[in-house]
Amino acid sequence: MHTPACTIKSESLAVGYGRHTIVGDLNLHLMTGDLVALIGTNGSGKSTLLKTLAGMLTALAGSVSVLDAAPGASPKRVAYLPQHPVSSHTLPLRARDVVAMGRYAHLGLFKRAGATDRKIVERTMHRTGAAEFADKPLREMSGGQQQRTHLAQVLARDAEVLLLDEPTAGLDIAGKAAVADIIAAERARGVTVVLATHDLADATSATAVMLLAQRVVAFGPPAQALSDDNVRECFGFTQPH
Amino acid sequence: MPGGALLDPFVANEFMRQALVASVLVALVCAVTGTYVVLRGLSFVGDALAHGVVPGIAAALLMGVSGVLGAAVSAAVMMTGISVITRKSRLSSDTAIGLLFVGMLALGVIITSRSRSFVGDITRILFGELLGVTTSDLLWQSGALALVSAAAIIAHRPFVLMSIDDGLARTSGFSVPFFHSLMLVLVAITVVASFQSVGTLLVLGMLVAPAASGALLARRVSSMMLIAAAYGTAASYIGLLVSYHYNLAAGGSIVFVAVALFGMTAVVASTVARRREAEVPHQHEHRH
Repeated sequence: MHTPACTIKSESLAVGYGRHTIVGDLNLHLMTGDLVALIGTNGSGKSTLLKTLAGMLTALAGSVSVLDAAPGASPKRVAYLPQHPVSSHTLPLRARDVVAMGRYAHLGLFKRAGATDRKIVERTMHRTGAAEFADKPLREMSGGQQQRTHLAQVLARDAEVLLLDEPTAGLDIAGKAAVADIIAAERARGVTVVLATHDLADATSATAVMLLAQRVVAFGPPAQALSDDNVRECFGFTQPH
Repeated sequence: MPGGALLDPFVANEFMRQALVASVLVALVCAVTGTYVVLRGLSFVGDALAHGVVPGIAAALLMGVSGVLGAAVSAAVMMTGISVITRKSRLSSDTAIGLLFVGMLALGVIITSRSRSFVGDITRILFGELLGVTTSDLLWQSGALALVSAAAIIAHRPFVLMSIDDGLARTSGFSVPFFHSLMLVLVAITVVASFQSVGTLLVLGMLVAPAASGALLARRVSSMMLIAAAYGTAASYIGLLVSYHYNLAAGGSIVFVAVALFGMTAVVASTVARRREAEVPHQHEHRH
């Protein structure tokens, strides 16, 4: 068992691009083993918050720390799954090569991948089902297979904080259930998970749910945050009239 | 006999042997750099760099110093320009980079027009002078190949991460601005090492065509690089041979063969892919 400790902390944090704030006044205090589900439509700010926690965007105001350091300062201990991570179909990479890249944060430029690294790669490929197509190049994979490959890469980092932007995108029901099992297993070993999702079902097992619509609509335990009024307010925000 | 026609030009002529060595060195250095250029989608920047070195070479020739030196200086200017544009431009960066390179090219033409042998000089800069390479050119090229290969070995991991996504490299602890600049430096070195053989206008063909052929066939980055080296070497040999027997421009022939090989590979690869899709019924997403 892990001893609970604070992993992600923010006070009056504002996130956005350039000078444009998307969401402000975010106050987070996440502990080891917590799962926070960020729920909202496209443009609601959930990806922006994840990118800020990953260190890819600078905080526009307030303070934020991840594992007692600035976001992005602990690449070995924090792993981030971007939305639609595949940029090009011509990349000559097999599933196992992509997953092995999850170890690069630990290996740096020069360290050779050892038996432990290879074992972690194999294990994570089995966990997400990517082992079934380990030697298939990216360009021949379905969207769901690519998603499982990238998820395995993130898990191969063996991190203490997981920042997942729609990890179940493109997966069928069984695939979604497998991701839920993986998240539960990671939390059980003390990993803090921040999960951005459209899917309310992903949020029910969370420690806390944050409903976003370019502001914090609600933030609290699922039963409380996911009230009908809150959900309507969150998803009604950007809907066409 | 056919064997003679295939080998004799190289056995009988010192300049053909030198040209073959020079163009194979170009093929090898381009295979290494070109692989990352294609993976990262930097072809346009590579082209810009290649044209941007023209004024430096022209000025160097006018002053009677080494063209390599002039090319290196203007490559540095171009790279600074490109990185400033990429960071600061409010226009899309291809517009600004396009203007920068055509501006540099125009400057090169202006400088060359001061030379008494304008046509000869500009032709040499743009299309190379493969049959006139010297032993010292070959030494330069070998040094560039060693440098580029060493840098590629060191920076392989961040380069591959960046070819998927900059964010992935960033969150893996690698500095994207640093390794992006390093990649531009490698492109610049490659251009400088190759312009005497194939010319600044054609070097992009050697940089991109063999690597793109490799991308179509390979399942791994390392095999993509090997395929690119093999394609580039084959294009060098075939191109030189054709140019010898039919009295055609050497650099142009090599680059044309490289691009033609890419075209054929693309047709074959897409036919094979279509056939495979027809054979295997569409696989649905499912887990066992």
